[in-house]
Amino acid sequence: MEASNDLALMGRFIGAGLACFALLGAAIGVGNIFASYLEGAMRNPSAAASQTGNLFVGAGLAEAAGLFGFVIAIMLLLGIGAQ
Amino acid sequence: MRIDADPMHQFKLERLVPLDLAGFDISFTNAALWMAVAVALITGVIWLGANGAKLVPTRTQSVVEMFYGFVRNTVESTIGHDGLKFFPLIFTLFSFILTLNLIGMSPLAFTVTSHLSITGALAILVFAIVLFVGFSKNGIGFFSRFWPAGAPWWIAWLIALIEFISFLIRPFTLAIRLFANMLAGHTMLKVLASFIPLGLAAGGAGLLAALGSTIGVVGVTALEFLVAGLQAYVFTILTCIYLSEVVHDPHH
Repeated sequence: MEASNDLALMGRFIGAGLACFALLGAAIGVGNIFASYLEGAMRNPSAAASQTGNLFVGAGLAEAAGLFGFVIAIMLLLGIGAQ
Repeated sequence: MRIDADPMHQFKLERLVPLDLAGFDISFTNAALWMAVAVALITGVIWLGANGAKLVPTRTQSVVEMFYGFVRNTVESTIGHDGLKFFPLIFTLFSFILTLNLIGMSPLAFTVTSHLSITGALAILVFAIVLFVGFSKNGIGFFSRFWPAGAPWWIAWLIALIEFISFLIRPFTLAIRLFANMLAGHTMLKVLASFIPLGLAAGGAGLLAALGSTIGVVGVTALEFLVAGLQAYVFTILTCIYLSEVVHDPHH
């Protein structure tokens, strides 16, 4: 029915917008990781170089969790699985 | 000239050579083409650097040696010395994903890793290898790694269930991490870039928006280069970590 199609479309777009709030968490998480790394590096500069590997792994993991929300938003926008 | 402002058009898979094998569509797509280009690039660069290697390295040889040494150090520091039997796998994964990511940064090329099918295949490969190594080393005792040692029985089963589920989710997170990063980056680049002709056409304050978007595109492109290298490294080091968990047996 036309009306329910429009409603579904509206629901999809609103859902896509709401799903993007997950990226807020991603930004805060990555900022946290780099902030702790910089704080530790200021206190102990010689040990900082050994932790850059862990730094990037942690940033990748935190970013990924936020990007899952982005993927959901894209899926809703493109109408994957919609009738 | 129609301005293609649709940011999703760049990810469209196209069949360059349609092929069909007993009902299965095995066409040579543009993704397959760029994967072949990546393989040729990697093989070519390494051959150029390593062929006729001298004791005092030439420039290309030095670059290849640095690359090799970096991956070898990563494998050795995460899995340990007997993890070097996984070195060819890790080197292939890292160089393949890095090259695919970087090829996607050039203007006319297709970003192969922005497709879940490609990253999913790589993640399934890694997960299958981890499972195979785990079961061949421990047999059915592989499942004992989920049971927390020293926890009271009434909470241990819950922790074991959570550990099991987060283990099963690993191939999905591996695949989606790489795919979502590439998808998000290139979509953002396309959307920002589409603001420039729109702003220029609008005139007035639109010119300011176009200028801002130009600076934004340059900045985001620089960020995307960083993300390309970073995501290849994160995929590789997570593979090393998962392998090191099954190679060493701290559990029973």
